[in-house]
Amino acid sequence: MIRNNPKLASFLEHYGIVIIVVVMMVLLYISRPDVFLSLANLTNIIKQNASLALLALGMFVVIVTAGIDLSVGSVMALAMMCLAVAAKAGVPWPIVILIGPLVGIACGLVNGFGLTILRLPHPFIMTLGTLNIARGLSSLITNGAPVSGLGPQVRYLGQANYDFGIFPPPTGLPASLFVVVVCAIGLWFFLNRTSLGRHIFAIGGNPHAARVSGINVDRVLVYVYAISGFFAGLAGLLLAGRTDSGFPLAGQNAELDAIAAVIIGGASFFGGRGTILGVLAGVLIMGLMRNGLNLNNISPFWQQILIGLVIILAVYIDVIRRRAAVRS
Amino acid sequence: MSEVTGQATEALLEARGIKKYFGAITALDGVSFHVSPGEALGVVGDNGAGKSTLMKILSGLYKPSEGSLFYQGEQVRFDSPRDARRVGIEMVYQDFALAGNMAIYENIYLGREPGRKFAGLTIVDREKARQMAKDHLDQLKIHVKSIDQPVEELSGGQRQAVAIARATAFNAKVVIMDEPTAALAIKEVGKVLDLIKTLKEHGVAVIIISHRMDDIFYACDRVMALYQGTNFAEAPLDRTHRNEVIGWIMGTKGHTEALAHDKVH
Repeated sequence: MIRNNPKLASFLEHYGIVIIVVVMMVLLYISRPDVFLSLANLTNIIKQNASLALLALGMFVVIVTAGIDLSVGSVMALAMMCLAVAAKAGVPWPIVILIGPLVGIACGLVNGFGLTILRLPHPFIMTLGTLNIARGLSSLITNGAPVSGLGPQVRYLGQANYDFGIFPPPTGLPASLFVVVVCAIGLWFFLNRTSLGRHIFAIGGNPHAARVSGINVDRVLVYVYAISGFFAGLAGLLLAGRTDSGFPLAGQNAELDAIAAVIIGGASFFGGRGTILGVLAGVLIMGLMRNGLNLNNISPFWQQILIGLVIILAVYIDVIRRRAAVRS
Repeated sequence: MSEVTGQATEALLEARGIKKYFGAITALDGVSFHVSPGEALGVVGDNGAGKSTLMKILSGLYKPSEGSLFYQGEQVRFDSPRDARRVGIEMVYQDFALAGNMAIYENIYLGREPGRKFAGLTIVDREKARQMAKDHLDQLKIHVKSIDQPVEELSGGQRQAVAIARATAFNAKVVIMDEPTAALAIKEVGKVLDLIKTLKEHGVAVIIISHRMDDIFYACDRVMALYQGTNFAEAPLDRTHRNEVIGWIMGTKGHTEALAHDKVH
């Protein structure tokens, strides 16, 4: 059916993932009609997944180049610790807010330069190194102790809720939702409408083609890892705001969740393919799955097993689709 | 030397005494070379003779260990393919070097997207790029279903055509083609060879590396043979024949036709 109908095939390729999200929401609603669509629950889903969404957006840019950034979870924790310590030390809040993304960018630059100057064989290795280094640093800052009490301005992006006079507090549209939406739209524009964004896709499609087209592949890769670092730092700011603290063990294994969300969202692990919409859908699929299993009192161990199965299934669907569509 | 390709016409691109070492290996040992506007030069040689290395030096991918390059009579130095492209030397790679995930028009302008600068970024003018791509493909008489098609959906011949379109999109003066017909279906070979003739008519100097004598004798004006990293022989095509050229590839001169024939079979 799909193969004989190019329009349907193209529609499914672009929006099929959104249908999956809607189907999941319907299933969750049927299973817990009293709770799932409650404003408190929906607000919660958004808040809990905002940091993951930012990490996944950054990871997506890296995966488009056929790379990987294992350090994002640790970088998020390091950014969170740095800004928490600065807030406690009485640094003015506008600077504290900048510290998160700046620490992230700095870590991203280390990844990018390490990869391109040291010529390490794969970004896996460089970012595995910085995963450990950033995690160690975030514990070192306070000797492993968490820091709490950051002040309302610093917490704003991660904590604020807009009730618009129609939602009963504490529900509403979280500020972090707007952060994610603005980031997603900005990143979409960057990747699809600017030459640098297209070069990122070209590197993922065929690095040799990019190089002989005069693209400075190394420089673009440094930007790519800096972007991923920026999103990790911003995610740290949101997480610090939501939890009113910095804790050194925040975001452990978050990089794996981010990779999973990107892959579930239809991006190719081998680079060059994927959409922002897919990434956000991937984040929602993981978030909804966790939420639904929680609401139905299913053990978190099952959550892990299911997420694992979904990753395999998502990539397998992708493999089948490509086999049908692309000439080799 | 014939009238068309004689030394009287100033060479567009010239290389003198090019040497290239990779560690202990000598890939090129003093190769000289020249090509004129509107001329098609065939470069032949066995595997390892140095053809690809020479072409990569001409297109800026490698730097020569010794020797110099002259473009329109002036000495030039290419540190990257970008430098070579800037003066108008383009390369069409054997594997086409196209990004399969991207549209035809995006591949043609990859690295040179039209657009306007904003905050350090170039915002691509997609309508302009599309229109330019359409016009350029029309000019080369290349027909595709849609310029928005991803390259991975194209046949080998269509990909080759896109690669040639990219090489000539910005007024190329020299187009280097590495085995332009090796990856093509037989019925597509003729189209690509005709495309090469169209380029010549536009005054482009075309350098063709090929193992296929048919291609060389159909599309070229002059043939040059490399053997073990050195100039071995060279002649206008009307002064030689394919068995002699096959002899050159194998490193022998003065072959009788019968002898060359024996060696090939």
